[in-house]
Amino acid sequence: MHALTRQGLRAYLDPQNVHSSRQAAAQGLVRGGIQILRNPSGLIGAAIIVLLVLAAILAPLLATHNPYAQNLQQVLLPPGADHWFGTDNLGRDIYSRIVYGARATLTIVCIVSVIVGPIGIIIGATAGYFGGLVDTVLMRITDVFLSLPSLVLALAFAAALGPGLDNAIIAISFATWPPIARLARAEAMTIRKSDYVAAARMMQASDLRIILRQIIPMCTLSVVVRLTLNMAGVILVAAGLGFLGVGAQPPLPEWGAMIAVGRQYMLDSWWTVTFPGLAIVAVSLAFNLFGDALRDTLDPRSAR
Amino acid sequence: MTDDIGVTPAGLRKWSPSALRAGRAIGVLSSIALTLMGLLLLTFLLARFLPADPVYAIIGDNADRDTYERVYRELGLDQPVYQQFFTYALKVVTGDLGMSHITGMPVVRDLLEVVPATLELAIVAIILGSAAGIPLGVLAGTNQNKPIDHVVRIIGLIGYSTPAFWAGMGILIIFYAQLGWIGGAGRQDPYFFGEVPTVTRLVTVDALLAGRVDIFLDALRYLVAPALILAYNALAYISRMTRSFMLEQMNQEYVVTAKAKGLSRGKVIWAHAFVNIRVQLVTIVALTFGAMLEGAVLVETVFAWPGLGQYLTRGLMFRDMNVVLGSVLVIGIFFIILNMLADFAYRQLDPRTR
Amino acid sequence: MTLLDIENLRVRYPDTHGYYEAVRGISFRLGSERLGLVGESGSGKSSVGRAIMRLLPDGVKIEADRLDLEGEDILAAPEKRMLFLRGKTMSMILQDPRFSLNPLVPVGRQIMEVYLEHVKRDVTQARARALEMLAQVRINDPERTFDLYPHEISGGMGQRVMIAMMLIAGPRLVIADEPTSALDVTVRRSVLEILDKLVTETGAGLLLISHDLAVVSQFCDRVLILYKGRIVEEIDARDLARARHPYTQALLASIPDMRHPRSHLPMLDRDAIACLDSTP
Repeated sequence: MHALTRQGLRAYLDPQNVHSSRQAAAQGLVRGGIQILRNPSGLIGAAIIVLLVLAAILAPLLATHNPYAQNLQQVLLPPGADHWFGTDNLGRDIYSRIVYGARATLTIVCIVSVIVGPIGIIIGATAGYFGGLVDTVLMRITDVFLSLPSLVLALAFAAALGPGLDNAIIAISFATWPPIARLARAEAMTIRKSDYVAAARMMQASDLRIILRQIIPMCTLSVVVRLTLNMAGVILVAAGLGFLGVGAQPPLPEWGAMIAVGRQYMLDSWWTVTFPGLAIVAVSLAFNLFGDALRDTLDPRSAR
Repeated sequence: MTDDIGVTPAGLRKWSPSALRAGRAIGVLSSIALTLMGLLLLTFLLARFLPADPVYAIIGDNADRDTYERVYRELGLDQPVYQQFFTYALKVVTGDLGMSHITGMPVVRDLLEVVPATLELAIVAIILGSAAGIPLGVLAGTNQNKPIDHVVRIIGLIGYSTPAFWAGMGILIIFYAQLGWIGGAGRQDPYFFGEVPTVTRLVTVDALLAGRVDIFLDALRYLVAPALILAYNALAYISRMTRSFMLEQMNQEYVVTAKAKGLSRGKVIWAHAFVNIRVQLVTIVALTFGAMLEGAVLVETVFAWPGLGQYLTRGLMFRDMNVVLGSVLVIGIFFIILNMLADFAYRQLDPRTR
Repeated sequence: MTLLDIENLRVRYPDTHGYYEAVRGISFRLGSERLGLVGESGSGKSSVGRAIMRLLPDGVKIEADRLDLEGEDILAAPEKRMLFLRGKTMSMILQDPRFSLNPLVPVGRQIMEVYLEHVKRDVTQARARALEMLAQVRINDPERTFDLYPHEISGGMGQRVMIAMMLIAGPRLVIADEPTSALDVTVRRSVLEILDKLVTETGAGLLLISHDLAVVSQFCDRVLILYKGRIVEEIDARDLARARHPYTQALLASIPDMRHPRSHLPMLDRDAIACLDSTP
């Protein structure tokens, strides 16, 4: 293994001096990363996402109060020196609850992506690779899911599964895999006609092997871009579920649920809904910006 | 959807145009029927196989065993699954979506009340959203990377990233509570309830039909905020898609031809490039209209708009599965019909598909 | 009389390192004649045509010591004046009718549009003139063709529609940018003959841009050979066989000849030309 000193790292990233495909991949990643960060929207998006991750990890250090601690002497206090974003109807510190709320948001986004990405890729790649009856059946199922807006679908699943953060995650996953599968299918359909797939087939590679080794790696890039852009939508759906009371349940700090509670007091205490909402806007904006920059970098043709 | 028919090119040639059109229509219809069937299956499975026990939902958790058994049989849960589905599908097709235990009415009757309210909102919103979103998208797409392009992009990004229910609250706080410019909850001032005869179930239209301008203006005061929020969501998506369609067209060779003819920039854009994105726009507007039902769920809750979205969320809150599934079914059917209409418009507007 | 007077025309495209110079200072004059502009792809020939029309994308720099159309400085003309000149005084025929005609507008309307814009706002007259033009470009059933969409007619017909469209306002200068390259070989000749006849009849000037030396030598009076953004040779079409520049000679040598078949066609020796290029 390299001793990755500063000098060694620079040499390792020298495009004139490539020794392995892994090194080339690393260089590509670094170059792409730099390009994304040079793009102002990519930089802003990345900065907010980093902030979100930091807030989730370091919540105990960043929070000024215990997010669950009620104080009925100090309910609905306006923003001030002690409570930066004010307090809610139970006297809890809104700033601290927003910081801890980053955990719920990040959990939802990560787990949904981890569930939806592979499911979408596998279904899409299988349909696109085999075509014919397999394709028809799988795409007909996808169409059924696509015939409902994702929030409505998630609501229906959440209603059937019952409230709670885990059920919300499952419900959102059910609602968001179809577009990914569609995308992967479209990619797979072009890839399966390519010469290197024909070559693999001539070498008696099994269908499974071709899908796993040729098709899926080639679909992954565009699926990742799509997942990033989807995350903004996932955050909004999650917030909507929380708002309607079928997502995360109290007293767990979750931004959508905080707005739902604050709604009853909003006419007199605007801060109960304003700050959690701003957090949602910032994070979903960040994923939109970052996703745009990612797409522009990976696929300059669609940068239009 | 032409790939759904499965007619080979060799087979195509033997068919006369009218037979071909009929064949295509049958193909489209059968694929719609299949999707509808799938939708029914999905709602059926949701109702029967997920943890929430439909029996307890009706009788409550404390009922005794005999009652449970009776209701269990009444719901047909003792029959084989496929038969249950068949019974369910038959009921839905004959317009029976069951009773709602929150309103005590058949779900179908409730839907007839709430769907027009949502449509009123969605129609106004889609008109406003397209009227603003399309020109903005054209402007951005024909001025790539200029300031106006960035402005439109930021307007769109904000629309994408803002939860509609939160924006709704902000508007209520400012324009209702502070300024008093708009109506608060509902579709009209309760003072006017029952003042005009119900004809179309669209309050604004009914008011105009009865010649009551005061009621019309009052209804507008209630309509404007939720409609504008939904319109803004629509604008975000429509302007973004319009922009990318326009960019694509402005790079086409026929645009050079139009310029070489000495046509003004306005004519090049509107009489040539725009003509070529009309078809795609119809699809986008139809899709956006469908997606608006999603926004309506949240916006109606905030503004207490007695529409489909509010009905759905109330069903959700009180675990009334008949209400939830009925609403979901209606939204799905709506979506499918919109897709079909978009497909139809596509064939009508593009001479190449005739 | 001189229609077009160009001196030291340069066209520069922005790229990652600043600018790429596609046209590097070319000069020529064009009267009521047929001038061929020949070059390989990338030689800058299309940029010349579009620079004259000022139809290059934003950001592309056009500079010249002189770029006059009938004595009028085109580079200094305001865009409004250009709208008048384009289509009316000068017009341009593009390469491929599959792309250069608007797919969603019936061809008759596309022809009428120019008349309405530049001659008279009278739909009845415009329609009559458009039908006349269709007949002049030898379209058999103008009435029927008038209402067809571009995808319903053949490539050769499409290009004749294009010619009708670009000549209906009676321009003084016609720029034809590879007018037959995208067409079926069998109809190329007839399309060129129609264009040639109409241009000659009206006494307009024709700038025929092509990569095809054989076509140009047949339909033009004079030929300019363009290589890497510079004119390397100007010669009468009749004298082509006696061309002196090695690039022209090499081009001529690489035209296959039915009467003297060869087993190998010679290739361009670019190094030799490059040497010559650097020592003017």
